[in-house]
Amino acid sequence: MTQELKEHHDANAGQKDLLVVNNLKKHFRLDRKTVLKAVDGISFSIKEGETLGLVGESGCGKSTVGRTLTRIYEPTDGELEFDGLKIKGRLDRKTKKRINRDVQMIFQDPYSSLNPRMTVSEIISEGLVIHNPDMSPKEREKRVHELLQLVGLNKNHAGRYPHEFSGGQRQRIGIARALAVEPKFIVADEPIAALDVSIQAQIVNLLKELQEDRGLTYLFIAHDLSMVKYISDRIAVMYLGKIVELAGSDELYEKPLHPYTQALLSAIPLPDPEKERTREQIVLTGDVPSPTDIPSGCRFRTRCPFAMDSCAVIDPEFREVEPGHSVACHLYDAEIMEKEGKELKTV
Amino acid sequence: MDKNILEVNNLHVSFKTRNGEVPAVRGVNFSLKKGETLAIVGESGSGKSVTAKSIMQLLPKQNTIIPEGEVLYEGKDLLKFSKKEIQNVRGSDISMVFQDPMTSLNPTMKIGKQITEGLSRHMKLTKKQARERAKEMLELVGIPNAEARLDAYPHQFSGGMRQRVVIAIALACNPKVLIADEPTTALDVTIQAQILRLMRGLQEKTDTAIILITHDLGVVANMADRVAVMYAGEVVEQGTLDEIFYRPQHPYTLGLLRSMPNLDAPRTEPLIPIPGSPPDPASLGTGCPFAARCPYTMKVCHDHNPGYTAVSGTQAVRCWLQDERTPEDHIPEVIRKGRQTSEIAADQAAIDAAGGVPV
Ligand SMILES: Nc1ncnc2c1ncn2[C@@H]1O[C@H](COP(=O)(O)OP(=O)(O)OP(=O)(O)O)[C@@H](O)[C@H]1O
Ligand SMILES: Nc1ncnc2c1ncn2[C@@H]1O[C@H](COP(=O)(O)OP(=O)(O)OP(=O)(O)O)[C@@H](O)[C@H]1O
Ligand code: SF4
Ligand code: SF4
Ligand SMILES: [Mg+2]
Ligand SMILES: [Mg+2]
Repeated sequence: MTQELKEHHDANAGQKDLLVVNNLKKHFRLDRKTVLKAVDGISFSIKEGETLGLVGESGCGKSTVGRTLTRIYEPTDGELEFDGLKIKGRLDRKTKKRINRDVQMIFQDPYSSLNPRMTVSEIISEGLVIHNPDMSPKEREKRVHELLQLVGLNKNHAGRYPHEFSGGQRQRIGIARALAVEPKFIVADEPIAALDVSIQAQIVNLLKELQEDRGLTYLFIAHDLSMVKYISDRIAVMYLGKIVELAGSDELYEKPLHPYTQALLSAIPLPDPEKERTREQIVLTGDVPSPTDIPSGCRFRTRCPFAMDSCAVIDPEFREVEPGHSVACHLYDAEIMEKEGKELKTV
Repeated sequence: MDKNILEVNNLHVSFKTRNGEVPAVRGVNFSLKKGETLAIVGESGSGKSVTAKSIMQLLPKQNTIIPEGEVLYEGKDLLKFSKKEIQNVRGSDISMVFQDPMTSLNPTMKIGKQITEGLSRHMKLTKKQARERAKEMLELVGIPNAEARLDAYPHQFSGGMRQRVVIAIALACNPKVLIADEPTTALDVTIQAQILRLMRGLQEKTDTAIILITHDLGVVANMADRVAVMYAGEVVEQGTLDEIFYRPQHPYTLGLLRSMPNLDAPRTEPLIPIPGSPPDPASLGTGCPFAARCPYTMKVCHDHNPGYTAVSGTQAVRCWLQDERTPEDHIPEVIRKGRQTSEIAADQAAIDAAGGVPV
C-alpha cells in the first residue's frame, strides 16, 4: 500500500461508521414455553477499515451476531445502519441483494463450509455468477485466478476439489470466495480456530494484508484472545447474549474493568513459563447459565466474585465510563455503589 | 534419581490403508517419572494421539502395525500384554482422558454407575463402598451436590462438568499414569482453567505422572515439567519446560514459538508464520521431514534424516544444525546462543547435583 493510500485509510478509519448496531436481539423460540435469548440487546459500531474483535465463551451468541449481520438470521428486534443505509425489519429484495454482496462471511470450519462436490473455481465464482451476471466466463476465470493468487494459492488449484487441500489452504479458498464479490465488510467467524498454530499466523497475516490493501472492515469472532488482540483495533466482550465491555484492544488488556473480562484474561494460559509461574489467576467457579434461563439483574452475578444485592435486581446499563471504554457493571456506577455503601471502583 | 515409571523406546506405528502402509509414528522415545508432567505438542496429524493410544493398545487391531519399539511400564513391555492383561492395566495403573467427554461417557448410563464400574473391577470394593468412593470423586472434581448427581445422566451435565466426570473416572482407581489427550481443547478458557487447576491439585495429592497432549503452548507453559515436540511422527526435540520455551534448538520448535502473537508486543509487527503445510505421511522421503518448510535447510537435510543430538542432560534434538560439520555461520544466532546457555545450565546442574565444585 502506498503511503498516500495508507494515510487516507488511517484518516478514514477515524471517521465514518460503516456499521451501526442498535439494541440488536435474536431470540429463538424452542417450544411454547421456552425462548432462547441468544443475542439480547447489543449495540456497537464499526468504522470503515476497522477491525472489531468479538470474544466470549461458547454459546454466548457470537456466531448469532455474525449470522444476523449477514442476514442468515432475521433479527428479532433492533436497528442496523450499514454504509448509510438504515435497515429495520424485513428487507426489500434490492437491499437484501446489496447486503448479500457487501457483507461476506468466513467460517470457522474450512472442512464443512466448502461444498465437496464443487471445484475450487466453482466455489469461488459462485458469488460472481449471482452478483456480476454480465461477466463472461473468460473474465470470471481470470478473476478466479487473480483471487487464488491473492490468497497465496495458484491457478493450478482452480480445477481441484476441497478434499485435496490442507486445512490452511481450505481456509484460503474460503477467503477467496468471500472476496470475490468485493465486499466492504467481512464477518470472520473463528477463521483460525480449526487450524494449527503454525498455519494460524499465515491466515492472520493474510487477513491483515488484505485489509490494508482494500480498506476492508472486519468483525473478527474468536475465543483465542491473544490472536484477537493482535488483529483487532477494538474488542467487545460478550457474556450470555450481551456485550459487557468494549474498549480499544490495548486498553482492554491493560485495564479490563468488567469482572468477567478480568477473569477471562487471567484464565488464558500464556505461552511463557516464567509468566505462568508468577501470575495470579482468577478462577471462576460454576458454569455458564443457560440462555433459556438468564439470571435476573446482572447476568454474570452467578459467577461474579463481587456480586452485591443490587446485582440480583438491577440489570447494569452498558455505559461509557471513559472515552472509548464502555462497561456494564454496577461497580462503576456511583449511585448504586452509594446505595450499597461500598466504594466506587475508580477507572 | 527416580526410576522411570513409563518408557517408550523407538516406537514405530503404521497403518494399512488403500495406499499401502502409512507410517504415523516413526521412532518415538520418551520417558516419564513419578509425579511428573510431560507435554507432547505438535501439529495435527503429527502422531500424538497414535502414540498415546498405542501405549494402551487402543488402536484398531485390524489395520495397525507396530513393527518396532517397546512401551515399558514398571519395566514390563505393554505391547506384549494379552488382551486380559492390558485390561487390568487400563483404568487402574494407567488411565486416559480424551478430548471429547461425550465419546468417553456412556449416554445411557447413570454417572454414578460409570464411576463405580471401574472401581468394582479394579479395587474389589462392595457396591456400597464403591458408591461412597464415587461420591468422593465427584466432590474432589468439584461437582456440587455429588450424592444426588450420581443418579444423573451425562446429558444433564454441561461440557465442563462432563469433562470433570471423565477425570473423576480416570482418577478413581489412583492410577500411576494419566494420559490426557487434549483434555481441555473443547472447553472454554475459564472452564479450562478450572480443569487444569484440578489436575494439578490431584497430581500433588496422588503423585500421578501425567502425559498431557495439547497443541496449546499456553497450556504447556502452565502444566508441564518437560516437553516433547512432535513433527511428522517423530519427536524432533525434547527438553525441560524452560529449555523448550527459552532455548529451543529445533527450527520447528522455534517457528512454533515465533508464530504466536506475544501479548506484550506491538500489534504492528507481522507474525512470523512457518511457511507451507505439514507433509503427507504417505509420501515422506528419507530426509528431514521439516526440510520443505525449514529456513535453514542444507543439502544433507533433503536426503538424510538427522539422528538425536544431546544438547544437555535433559535436552535432545534431531537436526543437522547440531552436527559439528555444519559451518558455524550457517547456524542462526538464537539457536547457537540457546545451545551455549543450555550447556552452561546443564554443567551448573551437574555441579549442584554433585554438591558444589570440589575445592
Ligand atoms: N438456529 C438456532 N436455533 C436455536 N438455538 C440456536 C440457534 N443458533 C444458535 N442457537 C443458540 O444460541 C446460543 C448462542 O449460540 P452461538 O452459536 O451464537 O454461540 P457462540 O458464541 O458462537 O458459541 P461458540 O463459541 O461455541 O461458537 C446457543 O445457546 C445456541 O445453542
Ligand atoms: N486408525 C487409523 N487408520 C489410519 N490412519 C490413522 C489412524 N489413526 C490415525 N491415523 C493417521 O495417523 C496420523 C497421526 O494421527 P494422530 O491422530 O496421532 O495425530 P495427532 O497428532 O493426534 O493430531 P491432532 O492434533 O489432529 O489430534 C495421521 O496422519 C492420521 O491420519
Ligand atoms: S454488576 Fe454486579 S454481578 Fe454484575 S459484574 Fe458487576 S459486580 Fe458482578
Ligand atoms: S535437519 Fe535441516 S531441514 Fe531439518 S530442521 Fe534441521 S536444518 Fe532444518
Ligand atoms: Mg460460534
Ligand atoms: Mg490427536
